[in-house]
Amino acid sequence: MDYRSLSGLFEDEEEEQEDTYDTDLLANKEYLVYLIDSGCDMMLPFEKGESCLKWAMKAVEENLKKRIIARDDKVGICFFNTLKKKNIQEADGVYVWSELDDLSAELIRNFRSLHGSFQKDIGSQVTAAANAREHPLHDALWVVQAMLRSGVKNVEKSVVIITNNDDPFGDINDAFVRKDLERTTIQRALDAQDLGINIELVALNTPDKLFDKTFYNMITQFEGNEDASQDSEPSSRFDDLVDTLRRRMYKKRIVRKMLLTVGSGTEIALKTYALIRPAVPPSHIFVDSRNNQPLKIERTYICSDTGALMHEPLKRFEEYQGKKVVFSVDDVSDIKRISSVQLRLLGFKSMSCLQPYHNLRPSTFIYPDEVAVKGSTCAFIALHRAMVRLNKYALACLSSRATFQLVALVAQEEEGDSTNGMNVIYLPYSDDIRPAEKYHTSISPISKASEEQVEMATDLIKKLHLKNFSVTDIQDPALQKQYRIIEAVGLEEDDISEIEDETLPDSKRIERASFFAKIFKNSVFGEQYDEEEAESAAAKEKGGAAAQKRKAAAELAATEAQEYNWVQLADAGKLKSLTTEQLKIYLRANGLPLLGKKDILINRILTHLGK
Amino acid sequence: MARSKETLMLLLDVGPSMHPYLADVSKCMTTLIHRKLMLSKNDEVGVVYFGTTETDNELNKEMEGYHNIVVVEPIAVVSQDLAHRLENIPCGFGSSDFLDVIVVGCDMLMKKLGENKKGNKRLCLVTDAASPVREPSEGTVEDQVRNIAERMGEQGIKLDVVVVRVGQNFLINSTGQHQNDVLLDLFKLHTQAEIGIARTATSMLGIIRPRAVSPTTLYRGDFELTPDLRIKVWVYKKTSQEKLPTLKKYSNEAPASDSHATREVKIDTEYKSSDNPDVSVPPEQRTKAYKYGKNFIPISSSMEDSLKFKPEKGVKLKGFVKRSDIPRHYFLKESSIFLPEPGHQKSIVAVSALARAMKEHDYAAVVRCVWRQGQTNVVMGILLPFVSAQENVADGFYFNVIPFLDDMREFRFTSFSSMPESLQPSCEQQEAAYNLVRMLDLSPSEDEELLQPEQTINPVLQRFYYFLHLRSLNPEAKVPPLDESLRCIVEPDLLRLDENQYAINQFSQQLTLTPNIQENGKKSFWKGERRDGNVLQIKDEPAFMDVDMKNPGSVSFNSLASRKVEEIGSANPVADFEALMARRDSPEWVGKAIQGMKKMIYDLLDSAYNGNTYEKALACLISLRLGCVIQEEPLEFNFFLRDLKTKGSTIRLQDFWQQVMGKKITLISKDEAPDSNVGAAEAASFLTSEKLIAKKEEPADEIDEMEALLGGAMS
Repeated sequence: MDYRSLSGLFEDEEEEQEDTYDTDLLANKEYLVYLIDSGCDMMLPFEKGESCLKWAMKAVEENLKKRIIARDDKVGICFFNTLKKKNIQEADGVYVWSELDDLSAELIRNFRSLHGSFQKDIGSQVTAAANAREHPLHDALWVVQAMLRSGVKNVEKSVVIITNNDDPFGDINDAFVRKDLERTTIQRALDAQDLGINIELVALNTPDKLFDKTFYNMITQFEGNEDASQDSEPSSRFDDLVDTLRRRMYKKRIVRKMLLTVGSGTEIALKTYALIRPAVPPSHIFVDSRNNQPLKIERTYICSDTGALMHEPLKRFEEYQGKKVVFSVDDVSDIKRISSVQLRLLGFKSMSCLQPYHNLRPSTFIYPDEVAVKGSTCAFIALHRAMVRLNKYALACLSSRATFQLVALVAQEEEGDSTNGMNVIYLPYSDDIRPAEKYHTSISPISKASEEQVEMATDLIKKLHLKNFSVTDIQDPALQKQYRIIEAVGLEEDDISEIEDETLPDSKRIERASFFAKIFKNSVFGEQYDEEEAESAAAKEKGGAAAQKRKAAAELAATEAQEYNWVQLADAGKLKSLTTEQLKIYLRANGLPLLGKKDILINRILTHLGK
Repeated sequence: MARSKETLMLLLDVGPSMHPYLADVSKCMTTLIHRKLMLSKNDEVGVVYFGTTETDNELNKEMEGYHNIVVVEPIAVVSQDLAHRLENIPCGFGSSDFLDVIVVGCDMLMKKLGENKKGNKRLCLVTDAASPVREPSEGTVEDQVRNIAERMGEQGIKLDVVVVRVGQNFLINSTGQHQNDVLLDLFKLHTQAEIGIARTATSMLGIIRPRAVSPTTLYRGDFELTPDLRIKVWVYKKTSQEKLPTLKKYSNEAPASDSHATREVKIDTEYKSSDNPDVSVPPEQRTKAYKYGKNFIPISSSMEDSLKFKPEKGVKLKGFVKRSDIPRHYFLKESSIFLPEPGHQKSIVAVSALARAMKEHDYAAVVRCVWRQGQTNVVMGILLPFVSAQENVADGFYFNVIPFLDDMREFRFTSFSSMPESLQPSCEQQEAAYNLVRMLDLSPSEDEELLQPEQTINPVLQRFYYFLHLRSLNPEAKVPPLDESLRCIVEPDLLRLDENQYAINQFSQQLTLTPNIQENGKKSFWKGERRDGNVLQIKDEPAFMDVDMKNPGSVSFNSLASRKVEEIGSANPVADFEALMARRDSPEWVGKAIQGMKKMIYDLLDSAYNGNTYEKALACLISLRLGCVIQEEPLEFNFFLRDLKTKGSTIRLQDFWQQVMGKKITLISKDEAPDSNVGAAEAASFLTSEKLIAKKEEPADEIDEMEALLGGAMS
């Protein structure tokens, strides 16, 4: 890491900077406790006749499997409304199955086998004590808070309550006791919140009843905590449940805070978010294959001139016109510093100016930051609205330590899944754009499609139209496969199930379009096209005239070569007495180069004979 | 990377109407040569001036005509001297005939390289195309242009034209200029020609392509719409970020006098066994291991290889979608372009039909791409139609990579419409925003676009190459300021006229933006800390961290006010203090909070053992200061800090005071709170004066002790 941070400035990577920013300021590690309700309501069937608890545990297992690969978190698992108890506070109805710890394959395996023995080992609390002064939910929050006590810098702490019971105090008859318990439970949650612990709810709908979040909202949602609560809708299906848990793995992370400068003194504060970033394949280290111990990487710098060991050099050079031009870190940083303004508005352009190829890297999402500069939201909304109405985007320049980039700020409207805000699109410079359209400019006009052909293409396109398509439906098959392998080896599973490649086209749809495909093909390519192609492919196979000639020559040489006993000639040292033409017979027969003087040819033959 | 050598002719108009721009032209030319010297130093360049008073060229000698054209540099390998000579382009007073000079340029290229020879040949013409071209003795000018252009096309001579129209817009073009523009456009029909109109000095720099990248395909093969319907396509990169060259590591081990020293540094990477750091583990004994929770899972490369995802090479259509189904901001990477295989007539027509149909009905195609055999991943992308405006250029598709589910993080942000009324713009504010967007218009008409990416050079690269040149001449050279002609990228006011200022002023006045002092103060505070490398280490105090540092903005006073805190407890004093300060139900609370906090700080310091409570006390002090600024109680704080300073001079609390100074926690000055009795200068000197005294008084052994204590607290 030291190595990279030192020489980071010599690199040209914006992304790298984003990463370091993350680790510096924001939590990228999470301490998480799954708090699973195992009361009698959770025994109700959820899907395929199996209980809510079983599916909840299955969903947690899936989530653990994803988390162990993708993140570096510590996880604890706790049940409440249990028959047995296990916690240092000796609270009834709370069972800490696993204390907060790094994830391991063993934990996942044990958790997987837990369901079979759950009733025996832990047990579900069938009836709540009607007049109890203590309540498992209240106690569980207390226990969990203790589990998350250890504090390390920059760690996000969360509790995920998984339940289908929207009225945990419903069984208590005494109204006064119930009110009191509710109040103390909410206070408990508040205390946890004060200690920096987020409490989140993952709710399950029971088939005959939808989950009512009124009570839990009081526990999970607090005023002024806009970023923390991303409450999801209660799930009715197992897949939704898994998805809800998966989604919350990606926290809304602020990449950078910055100011958009309009004119000379007006500054709108923004928060930027990385909502779309290529998922990186799992990282690896090297281990010693004999003992599976991690290897330490040691880098040494050696001067090429003197062979001396040296420290990581802090200067760089470039060969220019025979001179060695030397740069220091400061020089490079000065060159890159074009402006001290973070994001400066240059003006507005019509949306049609934004070409499809005006793109370099993933976009960044921006949203106003009312806390840093009061009035930002108002100004942002006003600009957003004006840009949408006038169909314009803003051109701005974005400076950071590593780069200086022209960017387009494109207003994003609220619609379906997408939220309102703006996207930063990184524009290329003239240096980055290639005139690729014109690489094959012809010196005379070339054929374009006729109107009729365009009509046929339209029919085909309509037939192949994917309705309700969303990119978010497709998983990366290569990544899935790699995860699957690591998981299978990690969990000591024997069979590695094939993953489904969702990127492949749907053969049925293609089939249905085949009629229009044929019409289009006949019109553009002609009916004989396949035959023509087959012929030209065959001709290629045979090779051109020159290739055929070469082939014939090699055959001829092979027969001629048989007339000589090469080994004998070589051993007797008589190769020298042959003419170069005779020597070339051998070379040609064995596919060796024919170039060179006589002794080179002889040497080549000797080498080939292994002498 | 092998790049094919380019031979370039620079044809520069130096006639009277060009005189105002010659300085800019010369800058463009030197920029071009500097970059060639670094990136393609074997390229050849020749220079011809036209519009000169004199005449000196071979065609003139051979067959008369071709007046006012001077060949100043015969074609030769680029050199620093050439760049130097181009720094001053002399003015000419002849008439400028760009057609004649194109012929002279072509003639020189062909004489140098031979007729019908392959090679990368290019003409770069810089002119304002203001003077009329000479009428030919027979036929029309158009025919003549067509002839020349066809000849250039046959010989593979490319043409780049920069038409200098600085400060002019489309409407005021004279008819003569317009005729010339039409003539230049004719070139496009017969050879690879690019004509850029430079309306600013910035775009002049941008239009001239500094180097020709030899095109290489990313993919050649079938684009499979259905298993029976395949179109032959070639895929090229359309955008590719040009980065700073990777500089070599410099070694100063060899003596400075050694002129033969390579100055290079070798990096040796060794994998050392963790048992024995002296043993280096050979490659065959290394196995990749993936982190899986707390374990590492070793997976041998052969196993990994046998299980890897290995799709077949090919490009398959997944289906067509409406263009709006794929939002613009989904585009993930640099763009490419799909072109039909050159010369394959049927594929050219097929691509054309599809592109035109897609354009007409607003469709895009989703494709699944595996560019190479053996590639271990697939790329999903979207094709958008490229319908060529030129009849000699084939239609194609622009290609952009789109994300997978794995790449997306979906979050909801509060909808603007559901924001409280107080955050919504008023009618006047909205009007000001409309005006701003209308007035700061960079694309006022179809033909005019300022700061077009195609015409805007990367200022970092521009400066790098210029600096490289300067430093090669003088090793002491400093980084030059940003080139004058590129300043409009940074300062928008240089772009347009005064009318904008009104819109900006109106916007600034209507939309009041007040930086949050609390937030900003804190931000710069922490930033300053980090730069000093003196980061406050906070342990076992999650509350402090979460409330105060991790997310400075998340706990607003309003939210805290809803909780009824009565006093400051030791568990979470900062949060309690903030909550108390925020209580609005009685004016007493502020006073109570301040007194409580002071007591808390003293208590913490009194109970300190080996400095274990200092961090907390410091956090309390910071919070107290902030609260006093906001509540305008500077005297309370200043009095307290002075008291603390007195206490801090005792040996027992010296190390704590050291930390206070380290954090630069000083008196609240008049600038921060008007009620203060302390000036800014006094506040600033409050700590430094102490420091000097402290240094004088501290005996050496006590410093050591202090360091030991600090070390214990900070580790």
